[in-house]
Amino acid sequence: MQPMPIKHPFLTRRDIVGYAILAAVIFVAFPLLLEPFRLNLFGKYLTYAFVAVGLVLCWGVGGILSLGQGIFFGLGGYCMAMFLKLEASTPENTSIQSTPGIPDFMDWNQLTALPWWWEPFNSLFFTLIAVVIVPVAFAFIIGVAMFRRRVGGVYFAIITQAIAAILTILIIGQQGFTGGVNGITDLRTFNGWDIRTNDAKTLLYFVNGALLFAVLLIAQFVRKSKLGRLLIAMRDQEDRVRFSGYDVANFKIFVFCLGAGFAAIGGAMFTLQVGFMSPTFVGIVPSIEMVIYAAVGGRLSIIGAVYGTLLVNYAKTTFSESFPELWLFGLGALFIAVVMAFPNGLAGLWADHVEPRLKSLWPRGDAKHPASTSPATTEETPAE
Amino acid sequence: MFSDYSMSELTAIFAMQGFAGLILFSVFVLMALGLAIIFGQMGVINMAHGEFMILGAYVTYLMSNLFADYMPALFSIYFFIAMIFAFIASGALGMLVEWALIRHLYKRPLDTLLATWGLSLILQQLYRTVFGAREVGVTIPDWMMGSLPLTDLIEVPINGIFVMVLAVGISVGVYVMLYRSGWGKQVRAINNNRQMADAVGINTAWTDRMTFAIGCGVAGVAGSAFTMIGSTGPTAGQLYIVDTFLVVVFGGAGSLLGTIASAFSISQAQSIMEFFISGSMAKVLTLLTVVGILMLRPQGLFSLKLRK
Repeated sequence: MQPMPIKHPFLTRRDIVGYAILAAVIFVAFPLLLEPFRLNLFGKYLTYAFVAVGLVLCWGVGGILSLGQGIFFGLGGYCMAMFLKLEASTPENTSIQSTPGIPDFMDWNQLTALPWWWEPFNSLFFTLIAVVIVPVAFAFIIGVAMFRRRVGGVYFAIITQAIAAILTILIIGQQGFTGGVNGITDLRTFNGWDIRTNDAKTLLYFVNGALLFAVLLIAQFVRKSKLGRLLIAMRDQEDRVRFSGYDVANFKIFVFCLGAGFAAIGGAMFTLQVGFMSPTFVGIVPSIEMVIYAAVGGRLSIIGAVYGTLLVNYAKTTFSESFPELWLFGLGALFIAVVMAFPNGLAGLWADHVEPRLKSLWPRGDAKHPASTSPATTEETPAE
Repeated sequence: MFSDYSMSELTAIFAMQGFAGLILFSVFVLMALGLAIIFGQMGVINMAHGEFMILGAYVTYLMSNLFADYMPALFSIYFFIAMIFAFIASGALGMLVEWALIRHLYKRPLDTLLATWGLSLILQQLYRTVFGAREVGVTIPDWMMGSLPLTDLIEVPINGIFVMVLAVGISVGVYVMLYRSGWGKQVRAINNNRQMADAVGINTAWTDRMTFAIGCGVAGVAGSAFTMIGSTGPTAGQLYIVDTFLVVVFGGAGSLLGTIASAFSISQAQSIMEFFISGSMAKVLTLLTVVGILMLRPQGLFSLKLRK
């Protein structure tokens, strides 16, 4: 007997309205309402949303908590920064150095030639590929090593955290090659195009938004595909999935690499918009902070991850400008609250409190009204 | 590189380097013991472990000032009293945290991780608000200053020896508590099979709270000991957390012997390498080796054989 095919549409009407509203916020509301400086700031926040969306897939859907997403964000950002730095370090620009033509921090550290692994980053084509491939390859190595041996859960979190720490120490320690604790700074042009002007920053904001939407749709596709349902099944009952004949490790490796790839694109866009890259975005602290973005948005909600990222970062900027002492208290309380009080984050709050009220205002035709704009899908409980 | 030194100088260098490794080993053991109880036995990821250590350090700092101001006669032994208070303070905070947070999250280890990270941020800011952002140091009593000359060339610092003695003492204490006391038997029973332990009448909720409190208390004593060899700042706890977790995981969670063995191998590897290459590269290589071995052998060096 054939089982009834269950329909899992790629986008429900609810999703479409949700994405449309998000698009309106990112592409219309922000550019109209914000001055260029603030718009650039929000563009920076949105680069973290790439990481948060990856975490929704890895952690919310797949149950794999990576505390090392900063690794991939950083690697992507550093690949882009190396290209920009080489472009900024023409022999004319660096003529006062004892070795003109190499990045300034190398000169300060008595290097006289460009290290061989910097050479390929002269090419834009290579860089654009490396931005994604290097972090994904790194994630693949970690994933194969860990998931094939059925290391998961807490151990995976600790080991990814350790790798983030190692990478930070390495970047800071090898300052002749990496720019050390200051990172790679003073980036000027991207393939001849000055990225420091307001016009360039506005354009980059839109490019960033478009890339983010591409990533969101990929994530949505994975989430709704058979793979997405398998991930949820693995999260809840890994052994049953394994005994059903699925190779659990491969699915985990795939989703981990996908999350890493998303983070890497975010990192590269970060470098372009902010104009530098430093180890502060690689280590343990930023990596865990990225988890809270996804958690605040609702760990299962792809759209929620974007709102969560925007909200936490906006709060961070506002608080650290006016009450720097309060920010860490607030962030700490947020971590605790999101775990203890509202594990489904903003998306859950929306689905539980706002949506029913909106529905009671418009009792008929739920799907056509703004009532259906929930960023949330709360059909599953969070991972136990 | 060795030809510039005479034989006796070389011996002295290796002895001093080995001794530096032993001090690092003691530090690692002290850091990891509390976590070996909390993570190893209970399986709770306490990301605020470093902050419990720092609490112990700040208590010691307060006691040092208190004794210097009001009881200068007893100043030479203030440290022992400070350790007791550090244990009580960290243990009490641990008990409170277990009651307020951890007990709701036993079935959600990843959420425990996030919640305790939040706790660590709050504690850090609290320390910064109360004690200031700058690092503070305690006044070390006279008898702990200086160093002990073993030969003409080899000298060992007394505070280092003191930390080593403490590490050995606390390890023995934790061993006795875990393997020779009724409480330890209960803890291990719960670790083996919570439902059966409950069924045979062990008060699991209370044992959990006590275990967490004792683990935090041991962390407080460790922090107290660290004031003898370094200064204390509000964010110092965060620096320890990766090392500490790696030591416990590398040793094999649940095995006290494993924790000590892994602390020994990691500290010795690091301090020997530090002699040849820069400190940061030594650290990178050590951690990479540990992570590499953990990828090959996820259960750690010593693992308990348990039926899950």
